[in-house]
Amino acid sequence: MSASNATASVLELRDVSKSFGPVVALRSGSLRVEAGSIHALIGENGAGKSTLVKVVAGVHRRDSGTFELGGEPVDFSSTAESKKSGVAVIYQEPTLFPDLSVTENIFMGRQVLARGRRIDRAAMYAEAERLFDRLGVRIDPRRPAEGLSIADQQIIEIAKAISLDARLLVMDEPTAALSGVEVDRLFAVARSLRDEGRALVFISHRFDEVFDLADTVTVMRDGSYIDTKKIADTTPSELVSLMVGREVDELFPKVAAEIGEPVLQVRGLNRAGVFHDIDLEVRAGEIVGLAGLVGAGRSEVARAVFGVDSYDSGSVSVSGKPVKGNDPRSAIRAGMAFIPEDRRKQGLVIDSSVTRNVAGVIRRSIAKAGLLTTSMENRAAGPWAGRLEVKTSALDMNAATMSGGNQQKVVIAKWLATDPTLLIIDEPTRGIDVGTKAEVHRLLSELAGQGLAILMISSELPEVLGMADRVVVLCEGRVTAELDRADATPEAVMHAATHHLEDVR
Amino acid sequence: MSHTDIERPDSQHDEVSASEALLVEPSRLSPTRRALSTVLRSRELSIFLVLVAVVVLATTKNNGFLFSNDGWRNFLLNPSILLLLAVGQAVVIITRNVDLSVGSVMALTAYLTGRLFIEMPDIPIVAVLAACLLLGAALGLVNGVLVAYGGVPALVITLGTLYIYRGIMLTWAGSDRINAGDLPREFLQLGTRSVLGIPLLTVLALVVLAIVGYYLYTARGGRELYAIGSDPDAAVLYGLPVRRRLLAAFVLSGALAGLAGALYTARYGTVSSSVGLGIELQAVAAAVIGGVAIFGGSGTVWGAAIGAFLLVTINRALPSLGIEDFWQRAVVGALILGAIVLDRVLATRQARKLAESRDHS
Repeated sequence: MSASNATASVLELRDVSKSFGPVVALRSGSLRVEAGSIHALIGENGAGKSTLVKVVAGVHRRDSGTFELGGEPVDFSSTAESKKSGVAVIYQEPTLFPDLSVTENIFMGRQVLARGRRIDRAAMYAEAERLFDRLGVRIDPRRPAEGLSIADQQIIEIAKAISLDARLLVMDEPTAALSGVEVDRLFAVARSLRDEGRALVFISHRFDEVFDLADTVTVMRDGSYIDTKKIADTTPSELVSLMVGREVDELFPKVAAEIGEPVLQVRGLNRAGVFHDIDLEVRAGEIVGLAGLVGAGRSEVARAVFGVDSYDSGSVSVSGKPVKGNDPRSAIRAGMAFIPEDRRKQGLVIDSSVTRNVAGVIRRSIAKAGLLTTSMENRAAGPWAGRLEVKTSALDMNAATMSGGNQQKVVIAKWLATDPTLLIIDEPTRGIDVGTKAEVHRLLSELAGQGLAILMISSELPEVLGMADRVVVLCEGRVTAELDRADATPEAVMHAATHHLEDVR
Repeated sequence: MSHTDIERPDSQHDEVSASEALLVEPSRLSPTRRALSTVLRSRELSIFLVLVAVVVLATTKNNGFLFSNDGWRNFLLNPSILLLLAVGQAVVIITRNVDLSVGSVMALTAYLTGRLFIEMPDIPIVAVLAACLLLGAALGLVNGVLVAYGGVPALVITLGTLYIYRGIMLTWAGSDRINAGDLPREFLQLGTRSVLGIPLLTVLALVVLAIVGYYLYTARGGRELYAIGSDPDAAVLYGLPVRRRLLAAFVLSGALAGLAGALYTARYGTVSSSVGLGIELQAVAAAVIGGVAIFGGSGTVWGAAIGAFLLVTINRALPSLGIEDFWQRAVVGALILGAIVLDRVLATRQARKLAESRDHS
């Protein structure tokens, strides 16, 4: 298929796959990017876009498939090699050296040299100022990278990529943290790079940006290539259906539950610069989905409700009783349980046994005279692990060696042992294999059926639509829509997630 | 920084406040003023002023502390060996690692020096120095390989090699001692000779310091060491040769410790099994007091060198100020704690200032 094409392809990937242990991150990724074009790559979270990018960047090595750059087959085993071949990548999260100056960050590893292989600082500062001028930003090239806002850090990343003079520039959600003006500037630069004949890959969740900037779009789903379209020949709703691509009800076994009294009530929660006027209500037996784009403030709201972070004003109450702010212990006493996004770091004692993990939160109630024995822990943890069908050969298996799905179940078991009335769960199926996801969903659905109130944060639209009785959409720290299960269509949620309050009303 | 320090070639930026101009927007300070303010704000200067204060205080109590032949010589000569170790240590700490084996490496090469002169009395001094550098570098390479490829924290690796290298030295030397009589006169003169009133050992140490300091500031490799220490994961994403740089840092630290061992023998003339016991902690202390952040990424070898001078000079000054032995150690401890607390305070203040400047822009 490649030889007959008229225009030169800068990047061509065919049937590339990548697994991490038991988790298949990329099943069959294909992408063909031409010189002088901006190619959008879209798909739900977990569709394999970022993994694909990391293969191109040389961070991960593909397991199989072909990978050609400028017609030549390549096989990168480090980012240094991909850089040398003219590939610049802007990652989702900026990777800067906080102690070093902004200029050193841009030129690290390929500094301008004067005679005697000395670093020519003056030339570097001048070059950095030129780059910032081109990007239309004012940043002191001598200041350290520490303390820069995410947006400014992103600008530094972009300056770095431009200064590389790359023939292929990959941007993984570069606009997630940028304001409108900054996005416009970035797009102007991207277009000028395209006109110079470079190839750009642009990953975004915002359809308006995709239609504004890109000329071609490739859709991915569940780690596989779905379709490539010319932007002129497609519509947002067609892309959404390609992205979702399946009847959501099939995958998500939603059990109808009796909705009871309100359990969680949040009124007018505010935190300067993060979220504003958040009103939330979760009833017993109800699953409320909190949707929105990355950076919309969903996790921040959840953390503030649970008391991990402080809030400036507003109130949180559980079953009618107010909960003290910024105090997770009183939140736990009030009946809240919180399963954070990064369970490996925050939710699980990763190098301990299943038993230890489950018994950890309730050790006070099972200990006798302040002492804990393994048999006491086993007795307390056993029923929980059994109930959740954690597939581990023995309870003393190390949590680190379990699959993502089983880890998630252990975390859930751990919190259920505290007998909560409200469960807040952030990205319940992130990093979990498609098959195991359904089990986590079934579990959540059953728990709701037993009368537990669940607040579920998810970036995966089908998950939200399939699981939630009600969907609350956040955009830039504000609630922009509250939709019942019947009204919650992908289009409605996406629309609310990408538009400010002013546009909605 | 006051308002008046800012030059304004164009008037349209007049409304920009001083702090903004400094931190977010391109600075409009003239190059000389910028250089001056960098020096004035540096940790190196403040620690140097402490050193000056200690010397002045001790000299007013006892004129001979500095203004006698012996006093001057001791002031320059005593810190030289620690200075070499502190320079190597600083380079390793900048990469967010630590090298605890330097004391044992130094003991090994100190004994090697004596052994070489006993076995081969006619061996040239340069050959001995080279042998010590090489042995030190090889021992450093072992550390480096284990840290860079083994993925085990340097603290654990070098704590292990500290005992292993010391064990090798004890097995090799047995109850043997090297005495001044075993060493050629020319070699011992290396430890006592002066050039223009400055002891040769000090000159050597300062030359090493200048080379390493210059490399760290102006070479790509030097800057990459800072980058690796500042964020190791980002360094990998940047495509920096992380493992090679880590190896180089440990080899340098080992080689300098090896050189320090030879110079120790030249300076003191005797080598017993207790050479360099605990000196690795002094080297770490010198680097930390001199402003090298223990989590890597910032600090200079100049600071570490001044830190080494301060540590040794304080130890010599306190007795002459009539302070008891216990308090001498406590003062060193207080210095280390003070340096770290100062580090944290400055870092928080800086972070807050940088964040505030962002809000205004």
